[in-house]
Amino acid sequence: MSTNKVETSTSNIVTVENLSKTFGSLKAVDNVSFDIKEGEIFGFLGPNGAGKTTTINMLTTLMKPTSGKAVVCGFSIFKDANEVRRSVGVVPQEYTADEDMTGINNIILCADLYGMPRSDSKAHAKELLKLVELEDAANRKVSTYSGGMRRRLELACGLINYPKLLFLDEPTLGLDVQTRTAVWKYIKTLKEEYHMTLFLTTHYLEEADSLCERVAIIDHGHIVKIGSPEELKQSVGGDVIVVDVKEKEPDISSDIAKIQLVKEVKKQDSVYRIKVNDGEEASPQITDLIRSKGLHVTRISLTKPTLDEAYLELTGRNLREEEVDKLQMFRQRVTMRRARS
Amino acid sequence: MDKDTTNTKIKASKDSEDQTKTPEQVSAEQEQRFRSAPKLSRSPFHGLWALTNRDLRKWYTNPIQLFVSLIQPIIWLGLFGKALNFGSFIAGSGATIAQQDIILKSFFGTTSYFSFLSCGMLAFIVLFTSAFSGMSVVFDRRFGFLNKALSTPVARGSIVMGKILQSVGRSLIQAAVVLVIAVALGMDTAHFTPQGIAGAFVIIFLMAVGLSALFTVLALRSGDWQTQMAIINLLNLPLLFASNALFPVKIMPAWLQDVVKVNPVSYAVDGIRQVLIGATGMNSLLLDFAVVIGFAIILSAIGIVLSWRFLSK
Repeated sequence: MSTNKVETSTSNIVTVENLSKTFGSLKAVDNVSFDIKEGEIFGFLGPNGAGKTTTINMLTTLMKPTSGKAVVCGFSIFKDANEVRRSVGVVPQEYTADEDMTGINNIILCADLYGMPRSDSKAHAKELLKLVELEDAANRKVSTYSGGMRRRLELACGLINYPKLLFLDEPTLGLDVQTRTAVWKYIKTLKEEYHMTLFLTTHYLEEADSLCERVAIIDHGHIVKIGSPEELKQSVGGDVIVVDVKEKEPDISSDIAKIQLVKEVKKQDSVYRIKVNDGEEASPQITDLIRSKGLHVTRISLTKPTLDEAYLELTGRNLREEEVDKLQMFRQRVTMRRARS
Repeated sequence: MDKDTTNTKIKASKDSEDQTKTPEQVSAEQEQRFRSAPKLSRSPFHGLWALTNRDLRKWYTNPIQLFVSLIQPIIWLGLFGKALNFGSFIAGSGATIAQQDIILKSFFGTTSYFSFLSCGMLAFIVLFTSAFSGMSVVFDRRFGFLNKALSTPVARGSIVMGKILQSVGRSLIQAAVVLVIAVALGMDTAHFTPQGIAGAFVIIFLMAVGLSALFTVLALRSGDWQTQMAIINLLNLPLLFASNALFPVKIMPAWLQDVVKVNPVSYAVDGIRQVLIGATGMNSLLLDFAVVIGFAIILSAIGIVLSWRFLSK
């Protein structure tokens, strides 16, 4: 088997080059390239329908890419799909456990599908249930589990084959805060104590911010930017001051721009959105300037860069807007589902 | 070989961890958990039984389903065998017993209409059980279990074969129940032999494989259970009524007789009648077996080949 191994630089567990997937006229993933380093938590951040799940489906060999190259755990997803499957774990977005079976039997079933001997899988299943704090519910039917318990069971199933790399598709979608915090804790444990590499997709910015070492922002099937959450925040360009001025006219943008700390000024109606290097020092200077022009400040706010800002800057839309457009989302879901079934 | 490199890698990372953390923190349990990933089976059949049993378990652990699927053949035997009794038409015709026997024999190949029908019922129950074999593929796709199975190294063919085998298992058990009930209701056992009964179940097994494969293949691409139900209804009745299962072929119009001759169910029923009740067959027993064997092999082969193509997108 080792003869099939594709030589890659030792630190990359995943290498993706120009990967594309087209469904009819819809380009779900368009020429995507990225690497995942061994031992890191890598995140795909993007709105619904951006191509996150499609990318995971291709890398876990559920879908055949239209074009491109990808090497996962040293194996090509085209030539050695089965070797890829043996080395990675997958926690899908849906709840896939069998309702009529107990928690532990679900994990053992997964182990059977990997071809793991029962003597090993029974013991390992118990260990995994302990890891996700489900040992008390191990012998209950999954139909009696809550959403959070099901999610944790999915996580345990994904870990059954001792994966080097774990794919998590929207691991906290729709979960309550307690379960979400627990899932984050497990993810951190997997990385820190078991040195696992994790690839997760999310459309929750705070999730990407608190978990991921590197984030790729993906939109319309394109990777817009890759970097650490810090780098992405910095790329927005420092602090942002938003000043609400009572008078719409005159436009004093050019005057504000002359202040030394100010990097960029945008005006919309009576609101100035000002990027500065040091918000604390710049804001009094800005208010002084506005007053000196005989205008009145009605509101002022200072925002330190967040991933939200970076996301807004890079995708040009905010998440809420995306969620409100229900029809578009529905159509997208139908398209994707039909394409997948 | 890969596993060995994995192990050394885990060991190496563990060593480095020992330097940064106190040894107590690296708990013995964790040590044990990753001591060695067990060797995974490379047999193409691994997971086949697990998948088959997962579906079978839904049937045998659900008392209502089990009860309904066993009671159903009794109702059908009663309705078709006793209420719609062709034998009684002839008995009421005023012919002598000897004349009746000749007429019955010429139409049904046996003097007992109920025995004739019981053999048809065996095929009927297999057909109706097999028809639903595809439904669980549809539900597995809808609820994501199929994707989970596909993300494991289990053979794609095993996913399809698991569906076929669970339906074959159900069919065999239900057919056995039908046979017992039929005998209790008056099926002619004069020609029963151990070889005959064994032969009948071999035919039932092969027909179940073929029919389950057919309906599973039709469900491979579908994620929509309404469509699948429509397909089942579309195929089920023609396969049943355009065969010799319920009515003698002789009373059918010529065009329908031609359809009966290409319907694999007819060959299975014909074979079962010959080995079980010693009926005069439509074809030679050899031809019946050949057709049923061919049907089972060709359709399961199609199922496995299409599973490579169609299960992943």
